[in-house]
Amino acid sequence: MDATKTGTTAAHSVSADATAVEGAVRTGLLIIGASQSGVQLAVSLRALGFDEHITLLGEEDHRPYQRPALSKEFLQGTVESESLIFRSNEYWQEHNVALVKGQRIERIERESDGSGVAHAASGARFPFKRLALTVGARARKLDLPGAELDGVVYLRNADDALALKAQLDGVREAVVIGGGFIGLEAASSLHKMGKAVTVLEYGPRLIGRAVGEETSEYFLNAHRERGLDIRLDARMNRLVPAGDGSRVAGVELADGSVVPAQLVLVGIGVVPNTELAEQLGLDVDNGIVVDRHAVASDGTTVAVGDVANIPNPLPGAPEGERIRLESVNNAIEHAKVAAYSLMGRSEDYAGIPWFWSNQADLKLQIAGLTLGYDSTVVRRDDERGKFSVLYYRDGRIIAADCVNAPLDFMAVKNALAKGQNIPADAAADPAVVLKTIVTDG
Amino acid sequence: MPTVHFTDAEGTVRDIEGNAGDSVMETAVRNGVPGIVAECGGSLSCATCHVFVREDCLDQLPEMEEMEDEMLYGTVVDREDNSRLSCQLRLAEDTDLYVTTPEAQV
Repeated sequence: MDATKTGTTAAHSVSADATAVEGAVRTGLLIIGASQSGVQLAVSLRALGFDEHITLLGEEDHRPYQRPALSKEFLQGTVESESLIFRSNEYWQEHNVALVKGQRIERIERESDGSGVAHAASGARFPFKRLALTVGARARKLDLPGAELDGVVYLRNADDALALKAQLDGVREAVVIGGGFIGLEAASSLHKMGKAVTVLEYGPRLIGRAVGEETSEYFLNAHRERGLDIRLDARMNRLVPAGDGSRVAGVELADGSVVPAQLVLVGIGVVPNTELAEQLGLDVDNGIVVDRHAVASDGTTVAVGDVANIPNPLPGAPEGERIRLESVNNAIEHAKVAAYSLMGRSEDYAGIPWFWSNQADLKLQIAGLTLGYDSTVVRRDDERGKFSVLYYRDGRIIAADCVNAPLDFMAVKNALAKGQNIPADAAADPAVVLKTIVTDG
Repeated sequence: MPTVHFTDAEGTVRDIEGNAGDSVMETAVRNGVPGIVAECGGSLSCATCHVFVREDCLDQLPEMEEMEDEMLYGTVVDREDNSRLSCQLRLAEDTDLYVTTPEAQV
């Protein structure tokens, strides 16, 4: 992240060029969103031999970077910002990809052939022949009195993380609102840095959107043992200001008690950035609706990653089942599908969706999608600190949550990829090595 | 400058200069070396930065921890005695490392 460096390289001088070509022939691909999926789309297109110009445009003042570490290693100061950068400037130059930083697209004008011009808030114009939306999602805002106080922070992008790090010195007590991946990762990081951390989760269990009940319960106990104060079914009245009125001092619960905090981190999910798609008249329903090949309802725009509502990509998933996946793996695999589309090829989504979350010494790896599961098998080995839940639908394995159990994770991921099953009765013995009991068909 | 010599499955060699402290995986990804995917960005969660290390280079590497060892059992191309996950290999000033990337990572 180099907001302070001056842009002297070719990769940084593009916005001026783009303004200059006003009225010129609309060529090339404009990728809006210099995100994980935007980067992968550009990289995959070049690997496939796409020879038109590519502009990779982002609204942040940073070179494209990886987000996952923001709540973990970067927050804890164990990795440098430079190591989050996806590709060197030389890479982008050599591959004829123009990087544009700090431009927020507000409006897109479009011709009937799909070409058009994107207008940035700055007044700069970016003409294009094809358009890709890799605009991601934004942090859902807390709707409570006091939410605008200083010291109430979110953790979605690099500037959020930098702002959070900058105010940590004066913090003894922190409240994290939201017991999902981001909330628990950040809570674990803050706890490791010596803060007293309380997690307030509105729902009845942790990580409720991504894992099953057994895994939620495991994380609840594991985090409490490690020193987090976790309150489920938490109801909040307001955020309480400090004496001078500008900075947060705590969170008032429904019973009137106040959890003191000099920092409140909000991690209550994301909202897909569908505004540009709506303006273009694309179908939007919890994200931009796309077909199996990442193409939106206009038949030409591709939408990729967190912002896209996609057909369930798992082999054998029921027809018509849809999902919006917020993950690095999906950003990458979906971008590859979109790259093929832009090359005129129809390729299916490859690989099995997977997710990870590192919280303290708990390494969670999830393979597959639990959508529609009807039974589970729990494998637990407390002596070795390993825990897995396998999910079944009609007797077939469809997913697994694995904590510090990479062999289980890998066995399930590989079985799913090959269309194999792992019979539930045999899997129930935690001493059994899963990959030895895989069955075909 | 530390240098990593990447040979891909077809035999093409790429010599990449890196920075001390960076991992072999980071050095590959930032320069677009094909054959290293590294979905998880180096947090030891995905096993898609698998490399085979030239035998005479193995001694200069840090010992493998249990998590890396277990992850290596899930690589797409089966592990060998000289398999490592390149996100776990940090470059030193004088590193001169020869690795081969497998045919596939995912």
